Amino acid sequence: MNSTAPLDVGDHQHATFPDGLDLECGVHLPSLDVAYRTYGQLSPKRDNAIVICHAFTGDQYVAETHPQTGKPGWWARMVGPGRPIDTDRFFIICMNVLGGCMGSTGPRSLKPACAEGKVERWGTDFPPITIRDMVRAQYKLVRSLGIERLFAVVGGSMGGMQVLEWAVTYPHMMLAAMPIATAPFHSAQNIAFNEVGRQAIFADPDWYSGRYWEHNVVPARGLAVARMMAHITYLSEEALTRKFGRRVRQEPKDAQAPEASLAMFGDVFEVESYLRYQGSAFVRRFDANSYLTITRAMDWFDLAAEHDGELPAAFAGTPVRFCVVSFSSDWLFPTSSSRYLVRALNQAAANVSFVEIETDKGHDAFLLDEPDFDRTVRGFLCGVADHAGLA
Amino acid sequence: MRLDQRLIAEMIEPGTRVLDVGSGDGALIDHLFRLRGCDARGIEIDMREVTRSVAHGLPVVHGDADHDLAHYPDDAFDYVVLQRTLQAVERPREVLRQMLRIGRHAIVSFPNFGHWQLRLKLLLSGRMPMTAVWHTPWYETPNIHPCTIRDFIALCAEEGYCVQQWMAVDEDGERAPWRRSIRMANLFGEQALFLLRREGECPPVSEKH
Repeated sequence: MNSTAPLDVGDHQHATFPDGLDLECGVHLPSLDVAYRTYGQLSPKRDNAIVICHAFTGDQYVAETHPQTGKPGWWARMVGPGRPIDTDRFFIICMNVLGGCMGSTGPRSLKPACAEGKVERWGTDFPPITIRDMVRAQYKLVRSLGIERLFAVVGGSMGGMQVLEWAVTYPHMMLAAMPIATAPFHSAQNIAFNEVGRQAIFADPDWYSGRYWEHNVVPARGLAVARMMAHITYLSEEALTRKFGRRVRQEPKDAQAPEASLAMFGDVFEVESYLRYQGSAFVRRFDANSYLTITRAMDWFDLAAEHDGELPAAFAGTPVRFCVVSFSSDWLFPTSSSRYLVRALNQAAANVSFVEIETDKGHDAFLLDEPDFDRTVRGFLCGVADHAGLA
Repeated sequence: MRLDQRLIAEMIEPGTRVLDVGSGDGALIDHLFRLRGCDARGIEIDMREVTRSVAHGLPVVHGDADHDLAHYPDDAFDYVVLQRTLQAVERPREVLRQMLRIGRHAIVSFPNFGHWQLRLKLLLSGRMPMTAVWHTPWYETPNIHPCTIRDFIALCAEEGYCVQQWMAVDEDGERAPWRRSIRMANLFGEQALFLLRREGECPPVSEKH
C-alpha cells in the first residue's frame, strides 16, 4: 500500500485565514485553510453566488475533472453552462469541508506550531469538529470573496446538513436553501453505520493508533471495508438487484472454473467485486483520519439540540426560501426525515417547497440522472430569482 | 386558469399571504403571485403536480388537507383556499377548523350534491346519481363526504363561522344567477364558492327568500 502516497495533500487552490477558527469544542484552530473552486462569473452586484456543499466523501471539484482521480466533477451533470445550476447565470463556490483531505485544514494538515522544523501532522490530535464549524469556515471564505449575501446554498446528504446549518446560522446571508436527501439530525441508524466504519479502520493493523503515516502506510483494508459498507447504504435493494442481481463474475484467467461458483471466498458475485473496486478506489483518495473526523461531525449533527429538541424554533422567523428534496428509495435519509423537516419549517411559517422524487436508485439518486430532480432544481432557483427580482 | 379560480382570485386582497390546499398545477398561486403580489404557497397531494409546480418556481409542498394543516402555526395566512376538495377529505369539519385556525379567511369551493339533476336521478332510478360533476361510480369515487349548499351553511352556523360571501357557479365556473336565494342555488348551482371568516360581524345568511 506504499503506492497510495498517504501524505500527499497535493496542491489545491485555497485561501488561508491566519486568524484561524474558534471551534464549537472550545479549541482554537490557529490557522485555517479553505480549499475551493469557483465556476461562472460573480455579477457586479455580487448577488448571484451559490454555495454548493459537498457530501461526506466529496470535494470541491464539483464541475471539473478531478486533478487526482481524473474523473469528471461529482455533480458535473447538475452544474455547468446551461445545466440546472447554470454557471452562465450563477457564480458557484464549492469548498472542501473543514476536516477534509483535499486541501482544507484537516487531520492531514501540519500542526501550525510545528510547521517550521519538525513536520508534525494533526492526525488523531485534530480537534473534533461539527457541521457548524464546517459552515463557519465556509462563511469566512465567502466573505473574503466580497459576497455579503448568497443567492442560495445547495447540497445533498452531509452537504444538505451544511445547507440547513447555513440557514440556521446565517439566515440573513442567503435567499434560498436547498437541502437534498438529508435530515435535520443524524439518526441512531446513521450513527450505527458510521460506528461500524470507524471500527473497521481501528481494527486494521496498519492503523497504528492513527499515526499510520509514520510507518509509511495507510489503514487501507479498514478504510476500504468502511467504504464498502457505507456504499451499500447509498444504494437501494432494487438498484443492487438491477445492477448485479445474483450474477457471478466471469473469470477469464480461471480455467478450472466449474466449482468456482461454489467457492467460499473471493469476489465470486459481481456485487462483491463492485464493492471491492469501490473500496480500493476510495483509499487512494481519502484519509482515514478525515473519515473519522467527518463521520463524528455528522453524528453530532442535531439542529434542534440548541432548542430543547424543538426543531421549529431553529427556523423561527427565517426569511430563507427552502426547497426540500427526498428520494423515494433512499433509506439512509428517508422521505420521512425530510417530511419531518418540512413540517418543522411549516410550523415556523417558512416559505418551503417539498418534492419527493420517485426513483429506485436509493440515496445516491441525487448524484444520478433523475430528470424530475433536474427540473426541480432549475425551477426552484429560477423561481427564487423571479421573486427576488433578479434578471 | 379555470373560471372558478378567477372568482377565487377576485376574493383575495392583493399583497396578502395565501395557502392553496390542493394547489394542483399551481395556476392559482402563480396568478396570485404575479398579478396580485401575494405570498402564495401550495399544498398538493399528487407528487407529479408538486414536481411540476416546483419546477415552475412555485412554493409547493407535498401533503394533504387532512394531515398537514395541523403543522402550521395560528394566523400564518390571510387566506386558506380549498378548491373542489372538501367532499374528498377524511374529516371535512376538522379541515375547516384548521383552515380557519391557520388563516383569517377560508375560501372553499365544492360540488353541490343538492343539484336538481342529482335529486331527480336518485328519485327516478333509485341508483347513485352520476352527472358531469359527479362522474365516478360510488365504489370508486374519492368524494366520500358530499354535501349540499344548505348543509354547508348549516355547518358554518354550527361552528360559528361568518359567511362573508357566497355564490353558486356552474361547472365551467360561470357565476350562476341564483345568488339571492340559497334554496334556488341549492337546486340549480353545480358548484358553490364560500368566503368564510373565523367570527365577528358579518351579514346574516338567511334561508328565507
